[in-house]
Amino acid sequence: MSEILHLQSVSRRFGGLQALRDVSLTVNKGEVIGLIGPNGAGKTTLVNVVTGVTPATAGTVKFDGQDITRVKTYRSARLGLSRTFQIVQPFAQFSALDNVAAAALFSQPGEGLKAAREEARRHLAFVGLEAQSGQQAATLTLAMRKRLELAKALAMRPKLLFLDEVNAGLNSAEVERATALIHQLAADGITIVMIEHLMKVVLNVCSRIVVLHNGQLIADGQPRDVMTNPAVIEAYLGQQYAQRIGAHG
Amino acid sequence: MTRANLILLVLITCIAALPLFGGAYTLRLGTIACMYAIMALSWNVVGGFAGYPSFATAAFFGLGAYIGGVLLARGLPLTAAIPIAGIGSFLVAALLGAALLRLRGHYFAIASLSLIEVFRELVNNATDLTGGGMGLNIPLTASAGVMADATFFFYLMWGVLLVTAVMVIAVSMSKLGFGLSCIMQNETAANMVGLNTTLYKSIAFGLSACFVGAAGGVYAAWVHYIDPSDVFDILYSVKPIVMALIGGLGSPLGVTIGAFVYLGLEEVVWRNYIQIHSGVLGVLIVLLLLFLPHGLTSLRGWRLWGRAKNV
Amino acid sequence: MLAAQILINALVLGCLYACIAIGFSLVWGVLNVINLIHGSFIVLGAYLAWSLYQGLHISPWYSLAVAAPLFFAFGYVIQRLILNRVITAPVLVTLTLTFGLDLILNNAMIYYFKADYRKLTLTPPMGSVSIFDVVVPVDRLIATVAALALTFVLYLILRRLRVGRAIVAVRLDRDAAVLMGVNVNSIYAIAFGLGAALAGCAGVLMALIFPISPLTSTAYLGKAFVVCVLGGLGSVSGALAGGILLALIEGVGSAMIGPAHATTLSFVLLIVFLILRPQGLLGRKGFE
Repeated sequence: MSEILHLQSVSRRFGGLQALRDVSLTVNKGEVIGLIGPNGAGKTTLVNVVTGVTPATAGTVKFDGQDITRVKTYRSARLGLSRTFQIVQPFAQFSALDNVAAAALFSQPGEGLKAAREEARRHLAFVGLEAQSGQQAATLTLAMRKRLELAKALAMRPKLLFLDEVNAGLNSAEVERATALIHQLAADGITIVMIEHLMKVVLNVCSRIVVLHNGQLIADGQPRDVMTNPAVIEAYLGQQYAQRIGAHG
Repeated sequence: MTRANLILLVLITCIAALPLFGGAYTLRLGTIACMYAIMALSWNVVGGFAGYPSFATAAFFGLGAYIGGVLLARGLPLTAAIPIAGIGSFLVAALLGAALLRLRGHYFAIASLSLIEVFRELVNNATDLTGGGMGLNIPLTASAGVMADATFFFYLMWGVLLVTAVMVIAVSMSKLGFGLSCIMQNETAANMVGLNTTLYKSIAFGLSACFVGAAGGVYAAWVHYIDPSDVFDILYSVKPIVMALIGGLGSPLGVTIGAFVYLGLEEVVWRNYIQIHSGVLGVLIVLLLLFLPHGLTSLRGWRLWGRAKNV
Repeated sequence: MLAAQILINALVLGCLYACIAIGFSLVWGVLNVINLIHGSFIVLGAYLAWSLYQGLHISPWYSLAVAAPLFFAFGYVIQRLILNRVITAPVLVTLTLTFGLDLILNNAMIYYFKADYRKLTLTPPMGSVSIFDVVVPVDRLIATVAALALTFVLYLILRRLRVGRAIVAVRLDRDAAVLMGVNVNSIYAIAFGLGAALAGCAGVLMALIFPISPLTSTAYLGKAFVVCVLGGLGSVSGALAGGILLALIEGVGSAMIGPAHATTLSFVLLIVFLILRPQGLLGRKGFE
């Protein structure tokens, strides 16, 4: 298995708050990793550091062999790193089509607007939004906007995709639909790191789980092992839940 | 090309016929109208397309006026001086833009506003080059009488207007325009999809300065004498904004019509209320902002041409 | 000694600058409005002092008591009736609106008072004193003390009075203040009124020191800007820090590269601070 992302002793400080503390992590190609932990553990900060939204205060980040620790966001996007936002960030006045076309257009240098729009249609179809392609992004429902966010991320032809709580705010039918999409993406070979609170989704989709607590990595491994790790149970899962899944094996 | 942009080009072409309809005074008004339209269209690139409220128009108008003026005073022909004024303004703006456009909202507005002061003082102090506070005399281009002079400068300013309009329309249809729209709607997302926002904003800022600078150069040649407080006047920054607000931000046709409407109002007020004309301008601004924040294009009947982008 | 002269001048001028800026800073920090009328308020205050002295021989020190409530009312009304309608609009709109209002006020002043420079000269003149071998005119000195007193009054209002605490609350977090039951619209109007009152009083003091003319309003506004960016928004300490820093730099700059460049220097400094440290020396990040 080849390595696609490597974080070495990454730390990030915001004034008095240590958001990330000496985090080292390796992601291999094709993996689907679940990044879990309580609120404020530093999960989104980790994604922000990797994608260049906030710089690391210490440590290095290597992507596909290249050092991207100090690289700006737009450049990391062009290198093949893509992410969705927990609070969706569409281009509100644009149509769904143009939203995705923008992603296709700017992440691939040399592409023209027409070709980008064509490609956008395909991505919208993949997430099931073709019917809404002409609709203004601001008028879409939350579930649709989340799927739009995903379509945009895909239009960037990512090698590594960060999904930041794609399921927050969705009902169970919508969650099932989103999970099916993620399965499809994994099958297509995209490496995925997903920040997620819904454990059933994580256990369904992920081949590996990483746990953050207070900015530190406290567990990293097979779902079975992580779920029974006492530190993880203490910090996040809780005894009741651990007993429940223990009962089901 | 959208219908609005087409109408804009037609409108500008029609204006070229102005000399057939009036004498020297009408041509003078026409020249100012073209100048105002250039400023409004240029401002729209950074204020309407990208959403950055620039108050720097006067800074580059003055810069262009002085670049053009100094070159003309040194003997360069108009055909060289004006383009150099434009290109010089573009370069200065693009470079400054890279630093200034990292600021948002109020801070960017003030920084762009301060440029006027800084440029004015720099020009004021470079007395050997620019004549400083005593002003700069620009040699008359060989003229064959008042009417010929007026016609010549009208067409010169009109020419710059035409190029400006073509540039603005080209930008609105290009990847640059698309990108600026992304930046205006959500700069974080724009960065995230791989858009080099600093580059795009700098280019936009440069373009917004380029033709304003050229217009400044034409202005200097036209009036034969400029001094720092004359061309580095904050009103040259505020008026284009008012014009854009009258006509509807974001729309090139809208801001151009706004420029002409504004000039009409200014003429009427100047003729009748000269002592309080700036006060009347103030009242106009206040009324406009309180009651018509989306410009004339938000009135019924204009909806056909698409909603003006939000402020 | 040159150094002592520069230092004392800077301290005196710095306090005056702080007084000029404090009202502007308050409005910017609390309402998030850059009040371009500020400079004209100051000039109007100066005219008030001048008129009261010329007509009724009322000393400027007493004019302060007249200026404060008058300007407070003026500012309150302007905010309530006009500014409040666009209070949530983007920078472009509020900035242009206050610019328009300033045009009206400035034009009105030029119309009534004419643009020629006037000076308020006290009879009998107050003379000057010598501090550490530096000569300082007494009226300027007293004006400085008065300026400091004004800023101290604002400090007390913000610290002690309930309405002052409400103003600070709105400045720190508008939404939280609403949730706490603060009537934000009312606070906005009060804060703007306070800002206007401070500007008017600053104008009264300026009348003693600088020539009075509507043409000087942009100069005052410019100073207020720079002081705010240098010192940080919305706080009294910020205005003082910014004022003294600006006065110091101008003084040293004048001595080294000549007084003509002093204004340019202050604006270049403004831009540098905006790029490198927009929150100023003592400000809090995030007040855009």
